[in-house]
Amino acid sequence: MTRLRAEGLTLAYDERTVAEGLGVVIPDGSFTVIVGPNACGKSTLLKALARMLKPKSGAVYLDGEVISTYRSKEVARRLGLLPQTSVAPGGITVGELVARGRYPHQRLLKQWSEQDESVVTEAMRLTNVLELSDRLLDELSGGQRQRVWLAMVLAQETAILLLDEPTTFLDIAHQVEVLDLCADLHEENGHTLVAVLHDLNQACRYATHLIAMKPGEGIVAQGDPSEIVTAELVEDVFGLPCRVVPDPETGTPLIVPLKRQRVPVAETLTAR
Amino acid sequence: MSAPVKAVRGRVVRTGQVSFRFAERTVLVSLVLLVAVVGIGLVTLTSGDFELTVAEVTKSLIGRGDGASDFIVLTLRLPRLVTGILVGAALAVSGGILQSLSGNPLASPDIIGFTQGAATGAILVIVLVDGSMVQIGAGALVGGVATAVVVYLLAFKRGVQGFRLILIGIGISFIMLSLNKYLVTRASLTDAIAAQAWQVGGLNGRGWDHVRVVGLAVAVLLPPALYLGRRLALMEMGDATAKGLGVDSERTRLALIAISVGLAAVATAAAGPVSFLALAAPQLARRLTRSSGVGLVPAALMGALLLTAGDLAVQRLFSPAQLPVGIATGAIGGLYLIWLLGYEWRRGIAR
Repeated sequence: MTRLRAEGLTLAYDERTVAEGLGVVIPDGSFTVIVGPNACGKSTLLKALARMLKPKSGAVYLDGEVISTYRSKEVARRLGLLPQTSVAPGGITVGELVARGRYPHQRLLKQWSEQDESVVTEAMRLTNVLELSDRLLDELSGGQRQRVWLAMVLAQETAILLLDEPTTFLDIAHQVEVLDLCADLHEENGHTLVAVLHDLNQACRYATHLIAMKPGEGIVAQGDPSEIVTAELVEDVFGLPCRVVPDPETGTPLIVPLKRQRVPVAETLTAR
Repeated sequence: MSAPVKAVRGRVVRTGQVSFRFAERTVLVSLVLLVAVVGIGLVTLTSGDFELTVAEVTKSLIGRGDGASDFIVLTLRLPRLVTGILVGAALAVSGGILQSLSGNPLASPDIIGFTQGAATGAILVIVLVDGSMVQIGAGALVGGVATAVVVYLLAFKRGVQGFRLILIGIGISFIMLSLNKYLVTRASLTDAIAAQAWQVGGLNGRGWDHVRVVGLAVAVLLPPALYLGRRLALMEMGDATAKGLGVDSERTRLALIAISVGLAAVATAAAGPVSFLALAAPQLARRLTRSSGVGLVPAALMGALLLTAGDLAVQRLFSPAQLPVGIATGAIGGLYLIWLLGYEWRRGIAR
């Protein structure tokens, strides 16, 4: 049995339909990555899985029940979300921000139990931000900040984590740092991760389960990246002629775009 | 392992199933503000044309005073003071909620039209039916709520965004302002004077009727505001983040806006459109506490302090003229607004 799945999803903003007929099964304990070109609806699908967007038809199921039938706080105890953009309140320290992740476990008279404190400390230790706890979030680098946000979601203590483009706005070193951290969480702590990523090579390297989407057609392939990622798939989905070779570091598929075909200038530019 | 690092600052209180964490500075600032309000209250009750000692005031308060001091304390000074405390707190909480929801220190009920709308309701009652104080108050309440509904609906576009709410609110505010002026020009001379006097906002001649109305509103609306304050803090991080943490943001936002409008409208009904208090009090409280939370309690205390201190100042400094405190808050608030706009502008450039 799988904890998170979706059937027959049609996703739309107002009248504009983004994707139709999506069926997704997120394998428990997987690091699932959703890829696809711009406007294919990958972030929209993640939003629907996180109950941020109400599907026009179809449903998302969490632990066998339609996700919208749960109370919002109950979902927040089972499934955590790192949105693409979050606003850090002015003057907030790292520790205070991470502590906010405990909200779904707190009640009016139980606002900071010993368990809250130990879970927050552990989340900060895992993401390596414990030493920053008294620093203001505004003072941190982009990579550090993203680890703090991740710590906040971890403090929710959910088995399932949804991450919407967690590496955007980061330079390459910090992208790898964040993804390595995700891989650690997946392998060592047994979290089920679902992430939207832009970089296909990073997706192939880190994902145990890949979902490829194409504008207008929805999901065109899902499965183990080393089984489904081929030059034909990449050309079909992204329109990019390429070769797929084994990554020299990990053996996972590595997409190498074909060399530019030189077009004689005379054919493209008409002489005046 | 190295020395244990404390993950989160603040004082923790735990007994059995009950546990809290709070910032010491916030508690300290709240206590100081509370003491200041009590101090201003004592000066207000004892000083004036008819000086009383603290002992005489205390006797009146516990029901053992003589006739003259009873009249001065219980009929003249105390209801005015209590109205000031309640109106100040209500306006500050109203403004604090709006500023937090919109993520913009410019948001406050007097900037985005709620107060002007309440004034329209009150003036209509004055001009059309020559109503009593209670009817004027009811008119202000209806006018404020109706304006808020219009602003909310116009600002609604797949949820309400802060900046949109402010811009539309400012527009509506000016429309209501010109409507108010039009109503005054069409009124008879006595009505026009009454309407004009009411529009300044002040605490002159406020009695126990006013206290009862604002007191009831504050008693009903303040507890849910404080309860929702925790969610409000989460919603400052963006709707997606708040929802991910289990906050039903659309519904919470609607409830909070309703509370904010209710507080502002009732406060305006009781004291007229006291300007700038709702704008300045939450920001001043936030700067003092240096807290990342919403801090509605220190904001309420700051509002109560500013209004009672302002009222005391206009009573004593301009005596015997009865200057309405709305003029004082308007003048000081204008300076604050200039500073705030400059500060925000510099901050915008620094980014």
